[in-house]
Amino acid sequence: MTIVVGYIPSEEGEAALATAIDEAQRRNARLVVVNSSKGDQLVDDRLIDAKQYHELEARLTQSGVDFWIERKPQGIDAADQILQAAEAQRAQLIVIGLRKRTAMGKFLMGSVAQRVLLQAGCPVLSLKSSNDW
Amino acid sequence: MDTLNLLMDGFASALTPINLLFAFAGVVLGTAVGVLPGIGPAMAVALLLPVTFGMETSSALIMFAGIYYGGMYGGSTTSILLNTPGESATVITAIEGHKMAKAGRASQALATAAIGSFVAGTIGTALLVTVTPIVVKFAVSLGAPSYFAIMVLSLVTVTAVLGSSKIRGFASLGLGLAIGLIGMDPVSGQKRLTFGFAPLVDGIDIVVVAVAVFAIGEALWIAAHLRLTPTRTIPVGTPWMGKEDWKRSWKPWLRGTAFGFPFGALPAGGAEVPTFLSYVTEKKLSKHPEEFGHGAIEGVAGPEAANNASAAGTLTPMLALGLPTNATAAVMLAFLTMKGIQPGPFLFENEPDLVWALIASLFIGNTLLLLINLPLAPLWARLLKIPRPYLYAGILFFATLGAFSVNMQVADLWILLLIGLLGFALRRFGLPVLPLILGVIIGPMAEEQLRKTFQLSAGSVSGIWSEPLAVGIYVLIAILLILPILISFIRRSRGIQSDLVETVLGEEQEPAKHQTELTNEKEQRVGKDES
Repeated sequence: MTIVVGYIPSEEGEAALATAIDEAQRRNARLVVVNSSKGDQLVDDRLIDAKQYHELEARLTQSGVDFWIERKPQGIDAADQILQAAEAQRAQLIVIGLRKRTAMGKFLMGSVAQRVLLQAGCPVLSLKSSNDW
Repeated sequence: MDTLNLLMDGFASALTPINLLFAFAGVVLGTAVGVLPGIGPAMAVALLLPVTFGMETSSALIMFAGIYYGGMYGGSTTSILLNTPGESATVITAIEGHKMAKAGRASQALATAAIGSFVAGTIGTALLVTVTPIVVKFAVSLGAPSYFAIMVLSLVTVTAVLGSSKIRGFASLGLGLAIGLIGMDPVSGQKRLTFGFAPLVDGIDIVVVAVAVFAIGEALWIAAHLRLTPTRTIPVGTPWMGKEDWKRSWKPWLRGTAFGFPFGALPAGGAEVPTFLSYVTEKKLSKHPEEFGHGAIEGVAGPEAANNASAAGTLTPMLALGLPTNATAAVMLAFLTMKGIQPGPFLFENEPDLVWALIASLFIGNTLLLLINLPLAPLWARLLKIPRPYLYAGILFFATLGAFSVNMQVADLWILLLIGLLGFALRRFGLPVLPLILGVIIGPMAEEQLRKTFQLSAGSVSGIWSEPLAVGIYVLIAILLILPILISFIRRSRGIQSDLVETVLGEEQEPAKHQTELTNEKEQRVGKDES
């Protein structure tokens, strides 16, 4: 049993991670945390740095689940990275965070989440940063 | 009084809505290119040249002046937040500025940089107004030998004194002069370095060279190093300063201005020396010397003021002598020549409206810059998140368009690509770009003066030192070249390292910008292996 979670240090990313940890504990599954960047931006806050890596590691250790962190500073597209990891592990579940975006914003910037949803071979659990109702 | 009247006329023409709009566009664009490392005001101006074909000369020049000043403001933002100076003038700012940002004082560092730049820019422009007419009066009386000597001085200082390595500087200068020689001999009509290739007979346009070296060279360099691990910015709020910060900043601002303007106004140019001198002075005079190296506000205020004052100063030789001492001024002069305006001491006489509108727009641009930089600094930092493939695709598009539109000939595109590869090679081997550009633009100008000198002296070599000023300048050049060798010789023979010499030499031995990037890359690679 493996669960793959796409993680970036943001509200949505935190929500996805928290639920993924809960889910991994409940199913007694192994958790693969994917954090990647194409490295095409000069400044990229989505990639976790060494300090955040250690904090993440400590948090996962504390939660007691079996885990693995994939951090790719010069990786491919984030969606491909998540899908590759999920396929390689024959994952049971992919967990991703969704942010609110207008139709126009999505048209311009594309959507990692949409590609994961469409192309994944397993169930995908997607989360919003907060419960608005 | 006369000057003041002319300046007021200048304000009248610079304050028309359309010119105000261009000034605004210029400062916004200038700040943007200043923030993005690797893209400077020189590249922006070169890329915009084809856009200005249909524009009023004064409007275009006002926009370019905005870009020029804006680049100086924007550069400090990157230095402070990222520790990657956008250009050589802000290298010193990064030393203390980034430390301040790391200590959570990014807002204060940005504020002192922006307000200091405003103060220095305004005083510098005022000095420009007073000094330039005097220089013009003096310049009109100069003969060809003196002009030639001044040009040699500016080439030698830019090459040998400012750069990190003399050999690399002269190699770059040699390349520039060689490119400048291509085309028809202006006196005898002989074809030089054309290799029987017809499009080369007219010479290679400076715009093509500038676009190739700055835009294509940089794009290739980025393409080769695209997959670097991204860095992270330090989050900032709106810049502001406390009472203590003001008290500690205002003196460095004024001292920085005092260092910056004269150095910029000399035909030697360059902001590196005054920013460095300002930093050393502030370190000595500071009441908090222990803070230096850990984020002292004086170390940001002084150098930032110095680099803006020197930016204003640089316009003095450009307007009074037609002699550019940095890349942006070189491209702006190329623009004037393209518009059929002869730069030189007669510019003030022939085109007073243009010149004074430009100077007035500098005051306006400077104020606009303070207004858009102080509250919007966090927004500018977000520009760094633009994916670089998109950014450089756009730059390449405008570069190609610009190079083609100069003469509408396909051969220029091949030349563009070839010189672009040369620009990549320059970066790869750590050769400075500035000597090459100045070689291309000053080379033919210096040749013309040299030819005139020889015509006056009927071919005798002694014509070169036939004017007292020329002799004085050659002595100065000799001193500049011999002094560093002498200092190191004395140091070695005494075996004592004086403090100042050590710091000066330590500065000189600092690796070039791209080399630093390379070592960073290596460090990051090592860091990754460990983790």
